[in-house]
Amino acid sequence: MTVLVIAEHDNSVLKGATLNTVAAAAKLDSEVHVLVAGKGVDAVATAAAAVAGVAKVLVADSDALANDLAENVAEQVLQVAGAYSHILFPATASGKNTAPRVAAKLDVAQISEITAVVDADTFERPIYAGNAIATVKSADAKKVITVRTTAFDAVAATGGTATVESVAAVADSGLSAFVSREVVKSARPELTAASVIVSGGRGLGSAENFKILDGVADKLGAAVGASRAAVDAGYAPNDLQVGQTGKVVAPQLYIAVGISGAIQHLAGMKDSKVIVAINKDAEAPIFGVADYGLVADLFTAVPELEKAL
Amino acid sequence: MKVLVPVKRVVDYNVKVRVKSDNTDVDIANVKMSMNPFDEIAVEEATRLKEKGVATEIVAVSCGVSQCQEQIRSAMAIGADRGVLVETNAQLQPLAVAKLLKAVADKEAPQLIILGKQAIDDDANQTGQMLAALLGWPQATFASEVVVEGDRVKVTREIDGGLETLSLKLPAIITTDLRLNEPRYATLPKIMQAKKKPLETLTPEALGVDVSPRLSVLKVTEPAARQAGIKVPDVATLVDKLKNEAKVI
Repeated sequence: MTVLVIAEHDNSVLKGATLNTVAAAAKLDSEVHVLVAGKGVDAVATAAAAVAGVAKVLVADSDALANDLAENVAEQVLQVAGAYSHILFPATASGKNTAPRVAAKLDVAQISEITAVVDADTFERPIYAGNAIATVKSADAKKVITVRTTAFDAVAATGGTATVESVAAVADSGLSAFVSREVVKSARPELTAASVIVSGGRGLGSAENFKILDGVADKLGAAVGASRAAVDAGYAPNDLQVGQTGKVVAPQLYIAVGISGAIQHLAGMKDSKVIVAINKDAEAPIFGVADYGLVADLFTAVPELEKAL
Repeated sequence: MKVLVPVKRVVDYNVKVRVKSDNTDVDIANVKMSMNPFDEIAVEEATRLKEKGVATEIVAVSCGVSQCQEQIRSAMAIGADRGVLVETNAQLQPLAVAKLLKAVADKEAPQLIILGKQAIDDDANQTGQMLAALLGWPQATFASEVVVEGDRVKVTREIDGGLETLSLKLPAIITTDLRLNEPRYATLPKIMQAKKKPLETLTPEALGVDVSPRLSVLKVTEPAARQAGIKVPDVATLVDKLKNEAKVI
């Protein structure tokens, strides 16, 4: 039994989500290999080889894999899939895009967003926006799995001594083509990797007011997040959205400002270690999950908080 | 072009589901059911494509119990021209649904299939991608903008950290994200008209698809409850608690 982890990267940097996925793979008590599929990925392969617990790194390097097109990456995974009992992807936008394609071609079910490994065939995963946890057992010979990264502590990025092996890269499918990418530039830590998150909701009232969170975020070295209401209202870009349909986070400290706490939002943050809610409505559901609640007008409380830090 | 839009009957997104006391499943007896919100966005997008003169016919498909007809009628009230129900009482998992939809697509030969990115009950986020794989078509998941240009479709997708744009060769699969559009409300006259639109019923057996589940659910439990918190009177107390009690700053 050998486990394959599909690395998350941007062709130059190995993303942290890979380390959480390797941690989930390690729970299967078997050899862990990592596939790095991309273009000009030498640095990524070197980083993957240094990850604790990884025995081998497979590298597929070609133009066809440069832009993470699901058609090509899935073919690449299928080409090496034969040797593996489990194929794990991080449950990121990229992993979720490709994994089901691989599963369908292998004619196996995919197990989405696992939060725990019970044994080699049995896994826990949240359903109904995190309102229930299902324990599922797979009858398939091969398991294709996506891993909820916040549910597994990252393995060390160093200390590993994996061998790096180059594998033949697939040809371009010709079905889809990359046109452009707009990445939001931010000096703040990445939302899913941040240890502190300050999140704003509809209560902020405008995109201008949303900036009130920046001061607190700067003082705490925190990432800024948003509820769906804030994103839909145009107060914040959509990649900041925390929730069932956005990002799932589990920081040490989550400060929810002007967020009522709809179940879809709670699904994305209720595994945070400490939750603080600042809201003027004392009946808001967010207070049901908050460790510390402050019933106050955020426009006075947030500047006060910034000053007090 | 013909557009196929699969829709799923799910527990309404406003319902807070409870786990059954015997831990076999969640209790959905007597709760309100609706069309999956992402599928409404898919129907709306197909309808807009028709209004722009790009789509000529919209076929709504649902797989499941006979009550799924309600969701197909809802899709018709938004803009679908006709419906197909693949009726079964079996527990359907995404791979089985993808196979059923492939069989329907083989019959209907659409140029575009628009699905929701995930259903809010199983939260799987698999069916669209699996269907694309089975058909051998390109896919653009988590779409926030769709533009059909001749024999290709340009799709902007929501990815971690921003947006990316892909160009797919038709026929293709698109799955919708929340910001693709704002679904319209069905008006009463449209709801009445929808009752007269044709709805064909098929079965997995007739389509030659084995829908037996691959994953068995051993148990369903409540998530671990959080310890009840406290309310603090002011910012100073909050900062003090975070520093000295929780020790997180």
